[in-house]
Amino acid sequence: MDRAALAARILALLIEIAPDVDPSGVIPGVDFRDQFDFDSMDTLNFAIALHRELGVDVPEADYSRLASLEKCVEYLGARIRVA
Amino acid sequence: MRVEYRMPALGADMESGTVVQWHVQPGSRVKRGDVVGVVETDKGAIDVEIFEDGVVAELLVQPGTKVPVGTPLAMIEVEGSSRAPSLPVEGGAAGSAPSPAPAGEGRGEGSAPSPAPAGEGWGEGSAPSPASAREREPAGRVRAPDSSARVRVSPAARIRAKALGVDVGSLRGTGPDGAITREDVERAAKGAPSPQPSPARAGEGAEPSPQPSPAKAGEGERKTMRDAIAASMSRSKREIPHYYLSLAADVTPAVDWLAKHNAAVPVTERLIFAALLVKAVALACQHEKGFSGFFRDGRYEEARAVHVGVAVAIRGGGLIAPAILDTATKPLPQLMQEFRDIVARARAGRLRASELAAPTIILTSLGDTPVESVFPIIQPPQVAIVGAGAVMPRPWVVDGQLSVRQLCTLSLGADHRVTDGRLGAQFLVRIARLVSAPESPEWRVD
Repeated sequence: MDRAALAARILALLIEIAPDVDPSGVIPGVDFRDQFDFDSMDTLNFAIALHRELGVDVPEADYSRLASLEKCVEYLGARIRVA
Repeated sequence: MRVEYRMPALGADMESGTVVQWHVQPGSRVKRGDVVGVVETDKGAIDVEIFEDGVVAELLVQPGTKVPVGTPLAMIEVEGSSRAPSLPVEGGAAGSAPSPAPAGEGRGEGSAPSPAPAGEGWGEGSAPSPASAREREPAGRVRAPDSSARVRVSPAARIRAKALGVDVGSLRGTGPDGAITREDVERAAKGAPSPQPSPARAGEGAEPSPQPSPAKAGEGERKTMRDAIAASMSRSKREIPHYYLSLAADVTPAVDWLAKHNAAVPVTERLIFAALLVKAVALACQHEKGFSGFFRDGRYEEARAVHVGVAVAIRGGGLIAPAILDTATKPLPQLMQEFRDIVARARAGRLRASELAAPTIILTSLGDTPVESVFPIIQPPQVAIVGAGAVMPRPWVVDGQLSVRQLCTLSLGADHRVTDGRLGAQFLVRIARLVSAPESPEWRVD
């Protein structure tokens, strides 16, 4: 999986846990919290989805590294060795 | 004996609803607690349950039809022996019942427990415990086997549709499970054709959309969620003599406990701070009377079971407060699962009528923003609401020493017709003490 594919996977998970978010409007560099009021419940659901779909267990201490699409790709890319 | 199944009131100010879909047909056997259909309201699409055991004799209202609260929707053939004797009002409400009524007000209730669909306002807390119906849910119940079987509209899309005058009933959704997204609405407003639904959902997305609703979105009289909030809050400010208290609670022990707990369990079993708050509020309600119940007809009645409603913000605007049923008796892990589930369904527009009608008290948390405290407004006919601000590290004096602690400002809006500041203070202090000590024996539920 390359970075673009990873970003697409992450975006799909994001929409799954927050169906009221408009996928076409997600700005990669802006924190989810600032873009669409992501709260602690959303973050937990996101972590659960990442674990289920990508097999990555993100410890609570690392939640800040999932704050935006860009940060997610960075962090998860390193965790799952993206080509 | 035949009884009427009526359009329920899902809020003190709901006047009408649109039947979107039936999950049953004449001849279907139904059990108390079964979801029999979907009703579109100003609070979104709601799964409506039945409160009788019997057989559907006739459907009186076709999908797409908007009718006032209290209008008979279906006739149910009820077996006399199966009627629950503990629900005296239910027969009256469903059968000979009062006129469809300018519902809206939580009136005409007296002290009798009322079934949710009796055209009532918020919350039959003590009533036919929706929870028990829930626990009895057999695996193969009437509920739609697949949630995609009905049209789903994201709250953001609904708001956009209203603004653009688009009838969502005529759209095909391209979102998850065929949900109609804001994009779909905007595309429709521009008159562009809708693209193929995502491949993974092609089967569902290709389903014909339900009949277009005759209740046209630009129709003006159709209330939005904003109107519903405004009506309820206006009534609250008009009728309820509020008093407000706030308390800075040192929640460091809870924050530490959560971090330790969450590091030790699988990701699916992690808890969030708000779950501790929900539980603490429920436990406090069991000890301090006058906060979990309803004020109706000039008198207060304490609810028999505590159903804490959680205020859920809808992205793009709006607020809805479904209840986690029987909150006080549920262990934290279960409570957390239900909390997650109910928030997800609130945002996807898939709440059940009993969850909307049930709250006996509400918790509103702004803990995910930097806001320090909330001055919460009571949702009538309830008599109290608890608020929580952000958990933040602050300088704090402990045993005469200045130190850095995790503080959370808890607040209470309560009804002077029922309690005074002193009782309110006891209640708030108890919540603070409970939330700061999740390992204390008081938290045990078994």
